[in-house]
Amino acid sequence: MSKLDSKIPEGPLETKWSSYKSSVPLVNPANKRSLEIIVVGSGLAGSSAAASLAEMGYKVKVFCFQDSARRAHSIAAQGGINAAKNYQNDGDSTYRLFYDTIKGGDYRAREGNVYRLAEVSAAIIDQCVAQGVPFAREYGGLLSNRSFGGTQVQRTFYAAGQTGQQLLLGAYSALQRQVGLGNVQMYARHEMLDVVVVDGKAKGIIARDLVTGKLERHSGHAVLLCTGGYGNVFFLSTNAMGSNVTAAWKAHKKGAFFGNPCFTQIHPTCIPVSGDHQSKLTLMSESLRNDGRIWVPKKKDDNRKPNEIPEDERDYYLERRYPAFGNLVPRDVASRAAKERCDAGYGVGASKMAVYLDYASAIERYGKQQANKLGETGASKERITQLGKDVVKEKYGNLFDMYAKITGENPYETPMRIYPAVHYTMGGLWVDYNLMTTVPGLYALGEANFSDHGANRLGASALMQGLADGYFVIPYTIGAYLSGQIRDKALPTDHEAFVEAEKNVQDTIDRLMNIKGSKSVDHFHKRLGKIMWDKCGMARNEKGLKEAISEIRALREEFWKDVRVLGGKNELNPELEKACRVADFLELGELMCIDALNRNESCGGHFREEFQTEEGEAQRDDANYMYAACWEFKPGVQFELHKEDLKYERIKVSARSYK
Amino acid sequence: MNLTLKVWRQKNASDKGSFATYQVNDISEEMSFLEMFDVLNERLIAKGEEPIAFDHDCREGICGMCSMHINGRAHGPWSGTTTCQLHMRAFKDGDTITVEPWRAKAFPVIKDLVVDRSAFDKIQSAGGFVSVNTGNAQDANCIPIPKDDADASFAAAACIGCGACVAACKNSSAMLFVSAKVSQFALLPQGQVERVDRALNMVKEMDAAGFGNCTNTGSCEAECPKEISLDNIARLNREYLMANLKK
Ligand SMILES: Cc1cc2nc3c(=O)[nH]c(=O)nc-3n(C[C@H](O)[C@H](O)[C@H](O)COP(=O)(O)OP(=O)(O)OC[C@H]3O[C@@H](n4cnc5c(N)ncnc54)[C@H](O)[C@@H]3O)c2cc1C
Ligand code: SF4
Ligand code: FES
Repeated sequence: MSKLDSKIPEGPLETKWSSYKSSVPLVNPANKRSLEIIVVGSGLAGSSAAASLAEMGYKVKVFCFQDSARRAHSIAAQGGINAAKNYQNDGDSTYRLFYDTIKGGDYRAREGNVYRLAEVSAAIIDQCVAQGVPFAREYGGLLSNRSFGGTQVQRTFYAAGQTGQQLLLGAYSALQRQVGLGNVQMYARHEMLDVVVVDGKAKGIIARDLVTGKLERHSGHAVLLCTGGYGNVFFLSTNAMGSNVTAAWKAHKKGAFFGNPCFTQIHPTCIPVSGDHQSKLTLMSESLRNDGRIWVPKKKDDNRKPNEIPEDERDYYLERRYPAFGNLVPRDVASRAAKERCDAGYGVGASKMAVYLDYASAIERYGKQQANKLGETGASKERITQLGKDVVKEKYGNLFDMYAKITGENPYETPMRIYPAVHYTMGGLWVDYNLMTTVPGLYALGEANFSDHGANRLGASALMQGLADGYFVIPYTIGAYLSGQIRDKALPTDHEAFVEAEKNVQDTIDRLMNIKGSKSVDHFHKRLGKIMWDKCGMARNEKGLKEAISEIRALREEFWKDVRVLGGKNELNPELEKACRVADFLELGELMCIDALNRNESCGGHFREEFQTEEGEAQRDDANYMYAACWEFKPGVQFELHKEDLKYERIKVSARSYK
Repeated sequence: MNLTLKVWRQKNASDKGSFATYQVNDISEEMSFLEMFDVLNERLIAKGEEPIAFDHDCREGICGMCSMHINGRAHGPWSGTTTCQLHMRAFKDGDTITVEPWRAKAFPVIKDLVVDRSAFDKIQSAGGFVSVNTGNAQDANCIPIPKDDADASFAAAACIGCGACVAACKNSSAMLFVSAKVSQFALLPQGQVERVDRALNMVKEMDAAGFGNCTNTGSCEAECPKEISLDNIARLNREYLMANLKK
């Protein structure tokens, strides 16, 4: 069990991080200059880490597969970022953010890490504002907040529906400044395809230059994987097309344990699937649940247009089932409730697999407020509607536009149709308090690790976690390891470990290119996605999971016999890139099902049909499953379970209720 | 619907490249433009022909990666829309659609429809930042900013760095892109300290990268998917003039 030491510092929760910071070994400036850090990924986690470490004096190399660091998937985050600033004076505090996060995660995250996250959250907002991130403001010039699901305070900072973009551009500007100063070397259009491990320690990576196809060896004293989540194992998700598990999976195969792989977040408000051609799903930000009301008709198979259905024939099912939180229940709860209504025959739209998200009452409410503000007493109904639409446009305009472009419908006039979709993965590489994986010198930050969100992440907390990890955690915790490495020269790239790792990567690529089968990569990816969605998606059961495991094994075998990858290996070849990624998804998918099968309880996003209350709520089994499931890779695609028991010293564990 | 596609194919940077014509049948209106390309690529693979390389990632109009010149317009016929957000509703049965990569000296073609836009990163490195190391920030609400300034700054910061402005400009000027970044900071108190150097250094890097001069044709604004306003160029010109006077 020694491998799973979480290294949570001793002492009371409130002072763990501050006493850690004042006692962690430091690296002196001269030594920093001779230590090289490899950062894979340029999203919020990677960019913020790379910029901060370079500012401190380390030599940094950054890799991303897009053509610029600025295009990492974080750019697409819409709704906002949480921080315990209590600017709204509504009773927020570090403790409350900590508590909401642990409860939101259904008591499956570590207290020590989550408290630290809440503690550093306020400094993130300060840092971003100092960089010139244009957050939304009130007329008095101070920062504005909104609320997100699973909380009763307003602690979410935002920049219209483009918060991720603005935060990433802030981190990217800090990163590019360091690139300009020569402290960071940037490798865009590069994909990491293996970690180099010597004597059990991470010493470098093998990366493929995606333009020339050449394999490169890069050596470093530490390797940080900031490579995002693996929701694309489902083929259809809200993730960017390129998001993948490869970096984390290669690390897993080199000894890094994978934590809670089955914990997937299905987001309740996405634009429904429209046909077989669908390549991805589009999120309608959770912030829309601030003002929008979700409903379905009370009558089954009601084919009337939404505007023709009178108020008393509508079922605002979230408000009905969860009066305390209403439309702002956490995502897992909202998603399951939508699925329940649609499965029971109350769904809307052509596919009947959708529910309405309605802005009519928000438009009216805002319109009246605005008319009052302007002193327009007795404004006509049309005028009020117009004023209300203007307010909604300012708050959510880009999201409404996006909806209109995709569906061809006007959401200001008719309710949006939405349905849950795969969005985020709480699981990821297991890390300790230092964010180090089970391989010394190998770290995981941001969505790539499993750390802070337990079995369900609250909205606006991923951006917070990515930036906390990069700006405020790793700059301290990396010292604990690097201070012991100052005597080690960087591993020469002609070392046999590099030679062997490169050869393995080359062999895999050659194998893929030489299959010359009959089916495209997407063909296999779509089939895998369907198995995962049907059997390891919003609801899971023992029978389905067992079937899924054997189906995935068979599919993997077929892939390695029959995939067709055209083009050459020494050139830009998007098909080859996809093939390498799907090969890894085909192994990960199996592990996710194994993990879901192992966890005989329902918690957060993991809903096992066998384990539910009479009212259909998730039923945890704390006596037997209050642990993080950490899987070790064994040759022949076998997995061995290790458990990290979770101990709650501060929080009283109870049933999660949003009623 | 059934379409004829003329697509630029170019093996690599040194290849001359040419148009190839494809008949693409049974396309639904609900598909996005890139999903239509996915379908075409799947069919090419089935026939054993190499699929068309194109850049894309988020498919939500925000990463700035997609970049197709469609029927002579950067990002195609819908204004304020990226290639990935364009939907096939924009076309009708029997249409011929011509698709090219961005054309600009500073954006060399890598393959087919993929170009190299790393010049934008270099411009950013030259001055597109506020020099504030991690940990040096004061409380965020110590810097009140009038809402209108914050909103104007945000509107400029909404640029996705796609390069359509360059592709749309007969001079291949990057002024809209550069001015958006300069404006974002010029409008905020945080940006004041480095205001002079920022304008000078970013413009210098822009010129060095081989982008052309701005002659105020306005085609950048017309094609920009994020509707970045020409006002930003006017602001950059003022910033640049002022910076030169101060130096
Ligand atoms: C549509 C959408 C909206 C969202 N909205 C919100 C929100 O409002 N609030 C919130 O808190 N969260 C939100 N999230 C979640 C949040 O955006 C992500 O969890 C977070 O941005 C992940 O950041 P990251 O830095 O960990 O990884 P990413 O931003 O995904 O970056 C991954 C990086 O790794 C690189 N990479 C990956 N693999 C390799 C490899 N093998 N070699 C080289 N480079 C590699 C990529 O190039 C990229 O640079 C949203 C997510 C989606 C999909
Ligand atoms: S200014 Fe507009 S067209 Fe130019 S890079 Fe920015 S978003 Fe693209
Ligand atoms: S693919 Fe991201 S903007 Fe089009």
